[in-house]
Amino acid sequence: MINETPAIVPKFGSEDSGRKLAIICSKGNLDMAYPGLILGNAALGEGIETHLFFTFWGFDMIIKSRANNLQFSPSGNTALHIPGTDMHIPQTVAPAMTGMATSMLKKQLAALDIPNVPDFLEQIVASGGHLWACRLSADMNKVDEHELRDDVEGIISASDFIEMTEGAQLLFI
Amino acid sequence: MPVIEIASKQVHVNDEGFMTEYEEWSEEIARVLAQQIEVDLTEEHWKIIRFLREDFKTEGETATSRRVQTVGGVPIKEQFVLFPKKPAKKMAYVAGLPKPKGCV
Repeated sequence: MINETPAIVPKFGSEDSGRKLAIICSKGNLDMAYPGLILGNAALGEGIETHLFFTFWGFDMIIKSRANNLQFSPSGNTALHIPGTDMHIPQTVAPAMTGMATSMLKKQLAALDIPNVPDFLEQIVASGGHLWACRLSADMNKVDEHELRDDVEGIISASDFIEMTEGAQLLFI
Repeated sequence: MPVIEIASKQVHVNDEGFMTEYEEWSEEIARVLAQQIEVDLTEEHWKIIRFLREDFKTEGETATSRRVQTVGGVPIKEQFVLFPKKPAKKMAYVAGLPKPKGCV
């Protein structure tokens, strides 16, 4: 008998699993912007409802005039080594190396076809992700909604965010 | 690795059901695979499937959603419409390719 049905079909979870992920992005250094973007994007690719909440230094990720100019500094980062070696970058010279380290990191990311921060956020929104800005950070930074990406859905309070993400798994970055 | 019958052909798949032999795939098999995951194939779907097949031949790995957009020219938003919920994995499955390895 010819059986047209494959015996093994991947479980793509056709039913809505109800799984939700909330990521709080609180850092504005270039290297610390990416973990939230990568994990959020991965979650969306798995069909998980995903919310990103930008607060404190993470606000720079959604400020239009700053998002493409985040910096990466070896200063204070003692886990940064001279590439291909175990040698530390001396902390005495590290602060002067921010510009070079930033451009190196950007090149490495581009070589792996990882988008820059604004493009990555655009991809996250295109994948169904939700972006939210922190009310307190907006007030502290003296930023209003016109300075934020147009796809930020709102400037909301911490309690609004907690309410909205009821039942979600939560990552603080 | 299990061998199962799809569209009257013996094909090798992994434990999850993804095909493991590039050459065993055919459009007829793709139609059955798509049906299994409740995707009705249209010309837009085929455009992605053909891109994935060609790209795998030259790159040796399955294109990610991002690459399907930047190189294949199909916006991510559309990928989510065509292959709902888990586009990258579903596209790879129907195209008879391994799941994409890339993180982005």
